[in-house]
Amino acid sequence: MTAILEMRGITKEFPGVKALSDVNLTVERGEVHAICGENGAGKSTLMKVLSGVYPHGTYDGEIVFEAEPVQFRSISDSEHKGIVIIHQELALSPHLSLAENIFLGNERVGRGGLIDWHATNTEAQKLLARVGLGDNPAVRANEVGVGKQQLVEIAKALSKDVKLLILDEPTAALNDEDSAHLLDLIRHLQQQGITSIIISHKLNEIKAIADKVTVIRDGRTIETLVTHDVTEDRIIKGMVGRDLESRYPDRDVTIGDEVFRIEDWRVHHPTEANRVMIHDANLSVRAGEVVGIAGLMGAGRTELAMSVFGRSYGSHITGTAYLHGKPIDVRTVPAAIRAGLAYATEDRKMYGLNLIEDIKRNISAAALDKLVKRVLVDGEQEIIVAEGYRKSMRIKTPTVNAVVGKLSGGNQQKVVLSKWLFTDPEVLILDEPTRGIDVGAKYEIYTIINQLAAAGKAVIVISSELPELLGICDRIYTLSEGRMTGEFPIAQATPEALMQRMTQEKEADHVLAQ
Amino acid sequence: MSSPNDTSTQGTSTGGSSAPGGTGRRAPRGDAARGLSPSPLRTAGSFLLSRVQQIGIFIALVVIVLLFQGLTGGRLLTAGNVANIIVQNSYILILAIGMVMIIIAGHIDLSVGSVAAFVGAATGVMVVQWGWPWWLAIVVGIVLGAVVGAWQGFWVAVVGIPAFIVTLAGMLIFRGLTQITLSNTQITPFPAEYRQLGGGYLFPQLFPASTSPAEWITVGLGLLTLVLFVGSQLRGRHKRVKLGVEGEPAWWFWTRVGFGALLIVLLTYLLGIAEGSRGTPIVLIVLGALIVAYSVVMQRTRFGRHIYAVGGNRHAADLSGIRSKRIDFMLFVNMGMLAALAGIVFTGRLNSAGPGAGNLFELDAIAAAFIGGAAVQGGIGTVVGAITGGLIMGVLNNGMSLMGVSTDYQQFIKGMVLLLAVAFDVYNKRRARSLG
Repeated sequence: MTAILEMRGITKEFPGVKALSDVNLTVERGEVHAICGENGAGKSTLMKVLSGVYPHGTYDGEIVFEAEPVQFRSISDSEHKGIVIIHQELALSPHLSLAENIFLGNERVGRGGLIDWHATNTEAQKLLARVGLGDNPAVRANEVGVGKQQLVEIAKALSKDVKLLILDEPTAALNDEDSAHLLDLIRHLQQQGITSIIISHKLNEIKAIADKVTVIRDGRTIETLVTHDVTEDRIIKGMVGRDLESRYPDRDVTIGDEVFRIEDWRVHHPTEANRVMIHDANLSVRAGEVVGIAGLMGAGRTELAMSVFGRSYGSHITGTAYLHGKPIDVRTVPAAIRAGLAYATEDRKMYGLNLIEDIKRNISAAALDKLVKRVLVDGEQEIIVAEGYRKSMRIKTPTVNAVVGKLSGGNQQKVVLSKWLFTDPEVLILDEPTRGIDVGAKYEIYTIINQLAAAGKAVIVISSELPELLGICDRIYTLSEGRMTGEFPIAQATPEALMQRMTQEKEADHVLAQ
Repeated sequence: MSSPNDTSTQGTSTGGSSAPGGTGRRAPRGDAARGLSPSPLRTAGSFLLSRVQQIGIFIALVVIVLLFQGLTGGRLLTAGNVANIIVQNSYILILAIGMVMIIIAGHIDLSVGSVAAFVGAATGVMVVQWGWPWWLAIVVGIVLGAVVGAWQGFWVAVVGIPAFIVTLAGMLIFRGLTQITLSNTQITPFPAEYRQLGGGYLFPQLFPASTSPAEWITVGLGLLTLVLFVGSQLRGRHKRVKLGVEGEPAWWFWTRVGFGALLIVLLTYLLGIAEGSRGTPIVLIVLGALIVAYSVVMQRTRFGRHIYAVGGNRHAADLSGIRSKRIDFMLFVNMGMLAALAGIVFTGRLNSAGPGAGNLFELDAIAAAFIGGAAVQGGIGTVVGAITGGLIMGVLNNGMSLMGVSTDYQQFIKGMVLLLAVAFDVYNKRRARSLG
């Protein structure tokens, strides 16, 4: 095998920060090469150097692609050579068709400079078929799901005669099914001779698909491992620089009386009133208990949580919520908070935080009343409260006046948790609490969850990662297509048993259809 | 008075004890000193850099004032002209307070000029045609402004139409209503009491310039303001230091307080002591009270803090239990009331209510907010910033008029200033991001 790409001695400095120092990366032709590292380790910066987002001259070191030194000044330079990067945030234009998106900036032009729609659509159809999509290329991008959009992005890359495909966290927003499909596709492209670099947090995926994995930590290359020969724990060791004895902290479980319960919870779609999204769900959680909700994407986990939390989702909601056995009003978010509920959203940046505001004001946002003396907010008390959480949650920042948008994902999540703890809730619903957070910070979040449970709070955790639920919960509910399909004490919960219930409804439908 | 004294010694001691700050200030004089103490200098530098957005706007105002003071041969900072700048711009500044709040919440209000004209016309009808007492007309006028604001707030908050559209419609609707109210003629003249708010001075007969060396009311007010300002600053710092939560370096605190005190003294001198001074314009009292009150509202009350939260991330605010629609509604009611007040001040100053009054006021108010550092996307801005932005525009106008620059050039220059101010802001934010 020969190297298709060699990056040697890459050093990239920002004012005051050395983001990369002397990074080396060799990718062989035809392999799938994973890059992993904690958030902020420098993975994305490295890929931006490679793809020309940071032009030649703004970094030190050299890049050799297909045996010739290259100096990219822009993304179009690198795309011209066949290096295509697909970013974490998908970049499809929602109101354009799939075909238009595929050929965006690279239009199929016929005579007279006009777009050749026939060529555009037929070629798009072929490209979509290559990524396993049978969709009509004239369909608008916002009419297909996230999983398919990712595949359209790859089709777009294929249209540019890609030789090296870079995927930045490609499965972060996908459910298990779509993820599996995507990984299959990467393997398939590998057989066609396309080299891929895949940045991922998900070690099981890296194990499943990558030939080699390069670990980056603090802007340096730590090691390149042959994936086949190493365990996930071995990779984690490289990422965090130490052995992680366990990925889930131990805890003493003392479970008390029931704190929160919902009965016959039924939720309709917000705009299509006939569509039932949650079918008569029942759920309870006791003091000191961590209860998991497992379900595939689209099962209705977030919809269930948000409908309970002040009817933030859905319409025609029926059912009763109880706190300590008494019915409570959760019809509006303020009422739900007053009743003792807290909900940390799955999407911190979109729904959880005011990114342009500082830490202290984010922490106080949901319970500002507690800081009001007569009519004025006590700004000094606010700083003291925020400082308290900064220390107890170990939010890594010199001051609580720092803007939240500049923090890492793990620290942002700690701010979200601080905000909800300040409301002094009895029930915490945590929706994907560790999404997009690196391994070390995940451990800290789990520790915080344990502390909350130990303090007698009732905790509900929603997660797409089964190992996570199995690692931290006392009891797990399964949800499938809006129905509660199972309830497992942790002793009886196995990935297989959970997955069977999580897919139950679909199979039943399948049988019916036959 | 004993408490401010205590805090002042406390403050001085913290100022003195923080020797690094002191060295940092002196360091630039010699290379040797700079070499010896690089770290405090750098801390001071990075602190200033972190505040460059807030500071930049004040420096810009000072530079522009000094520039025109030079260019006009000292005619800018005379007693009569300073009073003029205040009175001429008072209604824009009143509008800018409401406007920056609307902008922080992520909206815009294009209708304020028309609303001001409409309320001015309506109060004109009440006072001149119906013979109502001036105070009743003013109260009813402000209530009318609130009703107008509620109307627009209804469409924005309840129906969910973008504020740009609602207030664009409002601009036409209330301009139309102004003309209908006035039957397309002017209402004039207004009774003297009504006109006080626009052009009157506080107790003008008490200390006439011919017999009294100074206008003592103004001097007294100036001293009172000075004591309240320095006292409140010291008390705040003392409290923060005691609780261990002070993040501001002592040298900067004193620079800031010193600058503020200097400004108050200078204004007091120009309005009360300098040759040709006529005392304190009544509208300055109103304006000062509004600035203080709304700054407190924005920084220290639930309403204000919720405005920032809604503007920063509406979804997150909703999910934190903040009733964002209620905030939107209240903001437009508030804007309506301030627009009404601006209309009353303007009508009083002109001594007439006309169908074309308040034309383009909205654009001046919006420009003031943006020059003052408000973010187009919402979530960022301050009342003091907007006032400073409005004063920059006002001084530019006034200075250029004194120099005899024609209005076409004035428009051009004001446009460039707006563009450059926002470009500077964007540049700063981008640099801040790349640093972080």
